[in-house]
Amino acid sequence: MVTTALDFLPAPLRSLRLKTKQQELLLRVSALALIYVLAFAVRLFSVLRYESMIHEFDPYFNYRTTLFLSENGFSEFWNWFDSESWYPLGRVVGGTLFPGLMVTAALLHRLLRALSLAVHIREVCVLTAPFFAANTTLVAYAFGREIWDSGAGLVAAALIAIVPGYISRSVAGSYDNEGVAIFALLLTFYLFVRAVNTGSLAWALASAFGYFYMVSAWGGYVFIINLVPLYVLVLLVTGRYSQRLYVAYNCMYVLGMLLAMQIRFVGFQHVQSGEHMAAMGVFFLLQVFFFLDWVKYLLNDARLFKSFLRITLTCVITVGALALGIGTASGYISPWTGRFYSLLDPTYAKDHIPIIASVSEHQPTAWSSFMFDFHILLFLFPAGLYFCFKRLSDATIFIVMYGLTSMYFAGVMVRLILVAAPAVCLISAIAASATIKNLTTLIRTKSKSPQATSGKTTGSKAAAKGAVDQSLPFQHNAAIALLLGAFYLLSRYAIHCTWVTSEAYSSPSIVLAARGHNGGRVIFDDYREAYYWLRQNTPPDAKIMSWWDYGYQITAMGNRTVIVDNNTWNNTHIATVGRAMSSYEDEAYEIMQSLDVNYVLVVFGGVTGYSSDDINKFLWMVRIGGGVFPVIKEPDYLVNGEYRVDKGAAPKMLNCLMYKLCYYRFGELTTEYGKPPGYDRVRGVEIGNKDIKLEYLEEAFTTSNWIVRIYKVKPPKNRS
Amino acid sequence: MPRAASDAKLLIQSLNKAYAATPTNLKIIDLYVICAVATAVIQVAYMGLVGSFPFNSFLSGVLSCIGTAVLAVCLRIQVNKDNKEFKDLPPERAFADFVLCNLVLHLVIMNFLG
Repeated sequence: MVTTALDFLPAPLRSLRLKTKQQELLLRVSALALIYVLAFAVRLFSVLRYESMIHEFDPYFNYRTTLFLSENGFSEFWNWFDSESWYPLGRVVGGTLFPGLMVTAALLHRLLRALSLAVHIREVCVLTAPFFAANTTLVAYAFGREIWDSGAGLVAAALIAIVPGYISRSVAGSYDNEGVAIFALLLTFYLFVRAVNTGSLAWALASAFGYFYMVSAWGGYVFIINLVPLYVLVLLVTGRYSQRLYVAYNCMYVLGMLLAMQIRFVGFQHVQSGEHMAAMGVFFLLQVFFFLDWVKYLLNDARLFKSFLRITLTCVITVGALALGIGTASGYISPWTGRFYSLLDPTYAKDHIPIIASVSEHQPTAWSSFMFDFHILLFLFPAGLYFCFKRLSDATIFIVMYGLTSMYFAGVMVRLILVAAPAVCLISAIAASATIKNLTTLIRTKSKSPQATSGKTTGSKAAAKGAVDQSLPFQHNAAIALLLGAFYLLSRYAIHCTWVTSEAYSSPSIVLAARGHNGGRVIFDDYREAYYWLRQNTPPDAKIMSWWDYGYQITAMGNRTVIVDNNTWNNTHIATVGRAMSSYEDEAYEIMQSLDVNYVLVVFGGVTGYSSDDINKFLWMVRIGGGVFPVIKEPDYLVNGEYRVDKGAAPKMLNCLMYKLCYYRFGELTTEYGKPPGYDRVRGVEIGNKDIKLEYLEEAFTTSNWIVRIYKVKPPKNRS
Repeated sequence: MPRAASDAKLLIQSLNKAYAATPTNLKIIDLYVICAVATAVIQVAYMGLVGSFPFNSFLSGVLSCIGTAVLAVCLRIQVNKDNKEFKDLPPERAFADFVLCNLVLHLVIMNFLG
């Protein structure tokens, strides 16, 4: 359209130019607005399929604390000692959480209230993650524009809006730290790159604030505090040091560190823990580098400077090594934590920390999940790297380093695909945008070339390009074909993302859905049924023992005290519960008495075929319990290294508390037509111990599909 | 050894000579930076003698000095007329940024002092 208008009206060319610019702006803004809405809307599948509810495990804790915050105010929240979890120890909640998410949701709630929109805090919590995902697209646009051009920014925004790797943690209802944190992460990086590009203190300050928000929201801030120094180091080594970098890093580091120390959970870690020492080392290195640079500039004499360099370098290295040695030896600088080690060495957690290895999202990533979460971005990523290397600048070096390091971490741990997703989107966007731009310029110059021969207005440049065109005969057609191919790939990506979101990532996992015999949807709402029963039928001070996975949900929905929960801060306490679950009933009774347990809750999927139940998690209970109490030995529960529940199972397995509680009265039940009674549909076997008698516990409640079973611990017998 | 000593002497002399040509406003900033760093060093030495018990107070003391020094160095970089990298940045803007950062720094320090 525009080109034809240009052909017919050569005189008011200038005003038309302006108009195309305006058109371009209009197009860009409306595309961004659509992307914003899309990013929000695509995450609402879960609300449509199920209802506006909080998902999974951790979000329930976040929801509970947000509720507390909005009811009692910030000061109460900050000093909250929670006696309902980790009985009898309790938990200092205010000092052991990242408050960013809760404060954000509470502020949003207050804002909506001020606008006289009477929404419940739960709705705000459910929609927080989609809202921040939508904001992330805007940041991605700005970031893309900063490192490449506005076209790449737009593509990046569109890619990140629907990338499954990000959606998996930010659908409506998944009210978790990551939902906010990815926004904060990308914002910090964008502002930092901006600060490096401009060398302005104000942008560096802004990135320090972005970092502060990130620290307040998620423990993943350690990635930032290590990536940024690494980036600075790489620039130093490759001789790209500039004073803009000095200004950006120093201001960001000092202010960011100070701001981060205001979060109580992080506290003094920035000066004490080994994970943060890289940043401090680079900070001092940069000072030395700057000083040397300055002296070099002052001296203006190579020989003199060399001797100066020798003196200062030996001094600095000695002092630095001494400080580090003394700090580590005296225990002032704490060594790296297990989580950090398991990032660097994927096999570390498996051997040393079963509680980290037991979480499925801490497992190394399979190739299929890369493909599932990134789709075509996996192919565009290397292409984007190529483009970045072709046009190397401070900003592209940053995005390349972010992409490569986060890809490595994504390979180590499944959940860190989330951190890699923005980088992969940005780099892929560069590839997509640059390719499409090249192809369209080819097509446009070709279509212009005939008029270049007829009229003089277009000038010699187009003619020269036309001459180039002639050397490659099928360029025009090939360009069109490639363009069509690119659009086909991108449309496949969009279809894949929508499908993944609606099928895989929108399940709340607290309400389960399955297909019935006639193809209709069957809903298992057993969890909420059980927690509601607890709330209604048990005394308010009842203590519930369950495996730690369900702790947050019991306190949030059942409003009852639990022994252990998903916070997992005290391994011994968890091991005690694991020991109780894997002991014989009489031994377990003693442990439960010592912990004041009134009810025991187990999750059992043998009737419905729900596979992530306590019997499948049982080996982890044995391992974690055995890690602290050597009386529990894993081989006692296995037969020839095999984990079985049928007749051939180990005798200890058939008589331990967990087995008894899960399969109590199960021998009377026929679960599947044509199978004997007591047929476990998850393991696919007939159970080995059908005649289970409970001596110290009694069945209190079993949900309609047997998924949750609750037992009451009997009071001690009278002395006879 | 005498060669090294003469080298050092020559070095100091030429440094002194070169530094004398620096504009006065930069010299003032340099003095400010030296002052801040010296204060930080004194605090660290004092910590070595007395111990770091209210650790947040010690940290906020030292970090306020280091932060001030670093921000002043940044200002010095930005207002330096010989610096080609910051030609577009007017000194007024640089100073405004500097004041803003210092404001944030010291507000946080006050919160952290305990």
